[in-house]
Amino acid sequence: MLAFLIRRFIYAIIAMWAVSVISFVIINLPAGDFVTTYIATQLATGNLVLEDEAESLRDFYGLNDPVYVQYSKWITRILQGKLGFSFEFNAPVETVLAMNLLNTLLLGAGAIFFIWIVAIPIGIYSAVKQYSPGDYVATFFGYLGLAIPDFLIALVVAYLIFDLTGFLATDLYSAEYRTAPWSFAKALDLGKHLVLPVIILGTAGTATLIRITRANLLDELKKPYVTTARAKGVTEFQLIMKYPVRYALNPVISLTAYILPFIISGSVILSTVLDLPTIGRDFLRALTAQDIYLSGAVILFSGWLTIIGTFGSDLLLAWVDPRIRLEGD
Amino acid sequence: MVAGSQTGTQTDTSGELVERADDEGEIEVMSQRQLIWRRFKRHRIAMAATVVVGLLYLIVIFADFLATNDPYDSNADRQYTPPQWLRFFDGAKPDLHVCKLVGGRDEFLRKVYEPDCDQIVDVTLFGRGYEYKLLGITLDRHLFGVDDPVATAEDSLFILGTDVQGRDQYSRLMLAVRLSLLIGLVGIFIALVMGTMLGAVSGFYGGFVDNLIQRSIEIIRSIPTVPLYLGLAAAFPADWSVERRFFAITIVVSLFAWTELARVVRGRYLAMRQEDFVTAAITAGASQRRIIFRHMLPSFYSHITAASSLSLAFMVISETTLSFLGLGLLPPAISLGTLLFSAQNLQTVALAPWLLLPGLVVVILVLALNFMGDGIRDAADPYGS
Repeated sequence: MLAFLIRRFIYAIIAMWAVSVISFVIINLPAGDFVTTYIATQLATGNLVLEDEAESLRDFYGLNDPVYVQYSKWITRILQGKLGFSFEFNAPVETVLAMNLLNTLLLGAGAIFFIWIVAIPIGIYSAVKQYSPGDYVATFFGYLGLAIPDFLIALVVAYLIFDLTGFLATDLYSAEYRTAPWSFAKALDLGKHLVLPVIILGTAGTATLIRITRANLLDELKKPYVTTARAKGVTEFQLIMKYPVRYALNPVISLTAYILPFIISGSVILSTVLDLPTIGRDFLRALTAQDIYLSGAVILFSGWLTIIGTFGSDLLLAWVDPRIRLEGD
Repeated sequence: MVAGSQTGTQTDTSGELVERADDEGEIEVMSQRQLIWRRFKRHRIAMAATVVVGLLYLIVIFADFLATNDPYDSNADRQYTPPQWLRFFDGAKPDLHVCKLVGGRDEFLRKVYEPDCDQIVDVTLFGRGYEYKLLGITLDRHLFGVDDPVATAEDSLFILGTDVQGRDQYSRLMLAVRLSLLIGLVGIFIALVMGTMLGAVSGFYGGFVDNLIQRSIEIIRSIPTVPLYLGLAAAFPADWSVERRFFAITIVVSLFAWTELARVVRGRYLAMRQEDFVTAAITAGASQRRIIFRHMLPSFYSHITAASSLSLAFMVISETTLSFLGLGLLPPAISLGTLLFSAQNLQTVALAPWLLLPGLVVVILVLALNFMGDGIRDAADPYGS
């Protein structure tokens, strides 16, 4: 067990290091260093940056050092919580991220929750009633959910809802609550605005999870212990819920980590289309403005989050399933 | 979006007759390819999907021939013209035409075009239109169109309406299908080369090399694709030429796709390493290269094809998404994504819903590729149940 944990932990650390290198490369890809960008943006607003000021900025960010020194300085600063400065928002990156962190987390957690409560029952149903009309409908929608790009779902659903009800499904707050202090009414307003984005964001993940739950359960249902239980006269519902479902749900734990990257990707797209105040929207704004410290931080943290998620689900799986636990010894 | 899928659809589980003795006692033998084809044919949805994919690839070749108007020809006067429906009969007489668009002014004095069915515009088959090149030959014939190369706004044919600059959406859609599918094809080529090479090396040699490649794949797959793709795409200077950007974006979208192919290839290699025919080839003294490429690779062509078609779908979605967000291909390039870029906000969609049609094409294409890929995968192992 311990050996298994340690091995997984080392993998996670290596993966996090690799992701940090990739993020660093992306940050440094655009032509010219960011001081050049800074000078350009300052010039555009009519401020002249003096040459020695530029030079001291370069020194401060270590842009004159060799690449590996730059990397180690950068990663050290990141680990100390200093993520750099966002020119686009004119604030430290950590402040920009904190601004919409809550909205982002609510949206992501909501989507995962939605995927669970929708996909698992449907997956179980279509496996137990294989080849029934309901199964075909579920499978068809599963395919459709995979085939429609997230932004298209967002656009079409938002348009239809606007057309039918006049409710504009953009933003997460009504105008009167946007800057208001937190209150029950504001939370209610937020909840109302969250429903649609959560459903749209969950659609693609739901499609995947239905397919996987169905396939896992179908494999389980063919096993002899199911026949044995049935011969013993256990009711069909009890039989399915007590053995195969519990077993088939194991991969669901690992899949939640697997779905995480898609949720992150989806939320960037969705937030842009529906203009939701999340980190995803800020990220796209940062990208178009070549605001590299902000975009780099988002790429880095979304990668790290997935790796930590995967590690967490490995732990959870080992705890739930003794076979995985014992395999490591 | 999720690339590929974890499980295939269920197919007919009846056994396969590999050899069949007929009355005269002769033995009929079917090759592996025939067996796979026979099994694939039973999968009706997959067959239909293959036809759809085939038709879309015909558009790749004949995009300009199918187009009716010069896709770059803009005219701000006729912006957001609604689609004109093709009519096939004039009374009882077969006659291909559309209702003529009559220009007027709306309450804000903006130019608007309304169809007036008392006047018609004749649509001719194989008429002359703008010049284009097909396989190096300059042509000006189009499948259909109005037979006047310098048609006025009133005499033009916009079967899918026009966009904000008054350009013909249908002709642009044809060219967009071509470019988006080309990105998929070039991307698949890159992914195939990388995937089969690294997968084969990983599966054949095993050990440290295998471990290294597998861990790298896991890391690549753990990074959320959209932030990564966007980050890379945003680093390309906006003043790059259309072709250069095309290749850069193609490489970006194939970054992820090769991992799936490598996984499939490695899995097949591992499964096959112990097979009798491989042992036989080794015993017969065949070189490693010959064993890999001559004996092993052909036996999982179908698996590779299946994985490729699923990856292709993923790449089309990736390109569309990148371009839609304004970081993939940029105008004047015409791709499904750049077409959808103009339908980015709700106001435009409400004003001109036909601008969403390229999205429907994306959905049809991706669905068809997914069904085809699943069908091939189910048929890939003709001996299995």
